[in-house]
Amino acid sequence: MLGYVIRRLLLLIPVFLAVSVVIFAIIHLIPGDPIDNLLKVGSGPDQRAVIAARYGLDKPLVVQYFIWLWQVLHGDLGTAIIARRPVAQLIGQALPHSLALGAAALLFSTVAGIVLGVIAALNREKLVDQVIMGGVLLGSTLPGFWLGLLLILVFSVYLGWFPVSGARGFGSLVLPVLTVGLGGTALVTRVTRVAMIEASQRDFVMLLHAKGMHPMRIQLRHVLRHALIPVVTILALRIGWILGGAVTVEVVFARPGLGTLLIKALNQHDYPVVQACLLMLAMAVMLGTLIGDIVQAAMDPRVRAAIT
Amino acid sequence: MSAGQNAILRALRTPKGAIAGAWLAAVVLVAVFAPWLTPYDYDIQDLPGAFTAPNATHWLGTDEFGRDLLTRIFYGARTSLSVSSIAIGISVFVGMVMGAAAGYFGGRFDRAVTVVVDLTWSFPEILVALILVAIIGPGITGTMAAIGVAYLAQFARLTRAQIMAIKSETYVEAARSLGASHGHILFRHLLPNALAPVLVAGMLATGDAIILEATLGFFGLGAQPPTPSWGAMMSSGTAQLFRAPWIIILPGLAVAITVVAINLFGDALIRALDIRSRMRDA
Repeated sequence: MLGYVIRRLLLLIPVFLAVSVVIFAIIHLIPGDPIDNLLKVGSGPDQRAVIAARYGLDKPLVVQYFIWLWQVLHGDLGTAIIARRPVAQLIGQALPHSLALGAAALLFSTVAGIVLGVIAALNREKLVDQVIMGGVLLGSTLPGFWLGLLLILVFSVYLGWFPVSGARGFGSLVLPVLTVGLGGTALVTRVTRVAMIEASQRDFVMLLHAKGMHPMRIQLRHVLRHALIPVVTILALRIGWILGGAVTVEVVFARPGLGTLLIKALNQHDYPVVQACLLMLAMAVMLGTLIGDIVQAAMDPRVRAAIT
Repeated sequence: MSAGQNAILRALRTPKGAIAGAWLAAVVLVAVFAPWLTPYDYDIQDLPGAFTAPNATHWLGTDEFGRDLLTRIFYGARTSLSVSSIAIGISVFVGMVMGAAAGYFGGRFDRAVTVVVDLTWSFPEILVALILVAIIGPGITGTMAAIGVAYLAQFARLTRAQIMAIKSETYVEAARSLGASHGHILFRHLLPNALAPVLVAGMLATGDAIILEATLGFFGLGAQPPTPSWGAMMSSGTAQLFRAPWIIILPGLAVAITVVAINLFGDALIRALDIRSRMRDA
């Protein structure tokens, strides 16, 4: 198991390098000269040279990449052009808000999804099942930011239960978590339902029925345990998607997280911030998938056997 | 009649397929004939008439510049549908060529394609799209490129899996032993048999692409004003949430119903073609 964890960690290195090259390339692939983007209007050639030297833009591209990578690995993410502050500081302020939202949404979609999936599977083809699955289709197709706006409209504007925006206290987390969590809930519900139905057709379930065990006990103690493996697998694969959903929803609720920072920076062409945010998000996705894989390996003896 | 037309007809005969198909046909017609369907212009401002609630002259009300909302939703359908379907069309084509070549020739080329595809596949579409928009810049071109690249991996994987499954069938062997070229085998024998799941996946992805386009538009990174797009309309409506909630609710409804319709119709097509198991291959 430890060997597997170490191997998975080592596998992250090439992925990280590939992603970092793409993200580094952003500042050089944007239309126009990056120096022009950094210069004030009406600057002379001497100021060009100053800017080029300050950002290291006068060196060869490959050298620039390694300098940048070296700095990133030491926590130096550069200086924000608009905010004129270290990017690492901005990220440090934004990250906790995003992590709180992402973790809470993940927890919410896991719990709600499994409960709804079990209810749907137990009432297969009945009205309850159809209502839940209809809701799942809606939940997985509605645009997240629109759902967030509707929730704000109903619960904050009309009912006044929760704050409209911001990140102060528990109340401000409820609506964003609901919004982000709904897509994840839909996914978990669907997978749980199918896995429950498939698992309940296995031979061992028939044996338990023949033994005279109570059907409810069979479903909840044995079938559900069996069905949880694909659920964990899909959650492992999709942790990144839930974090990605958080990006869009943060903007709607004006939460001062990574997503809000990224979108603002994109609109202001503040590329050091854009690069840093994208790098953090990509790393969050990679780590999320890694954790998911490890949890899955720890849970499923068959996966464990295959990897050791 | 081709098998494809046949399947579409069968899908339309199911209740869900019929309702979804009717809505999609209506949206396409509205997008094409927008200028003839409304007396208003999408871009003429009428500031005294701003924030009018839905009424007899403005069926869906007006926005913060007094522009007729129904008109802007009609024209928005043009942007949303064309951007997402063109982007997905290109993405399906490129993904199919990449996946088919990788699956057919195998070896080092296959491994190279698989590495790149799996790398993009492991990141959420919105993140891939934001990276692309950061590179290309906001606007319609950036949005189309972002959508195209974000979904490429899906089509490449699906095509590759289809080709792998059928490339050692006897009819392929027979064609090869008769001296058929690689190109002939790929384009005349393998791709036609791999087409259905990839095209249906492309249709379903168009629904996701409409949401992605709306999301980028909402962030101000998609179609730039005054071009109406469903996402951009909601973005400008955010500030008016208290005063005129219909500016946000209605374009969002257009997105939501269209995407649900695409999913329902895609589902009916999957049933009609009986390809559910093949869709899971990738």
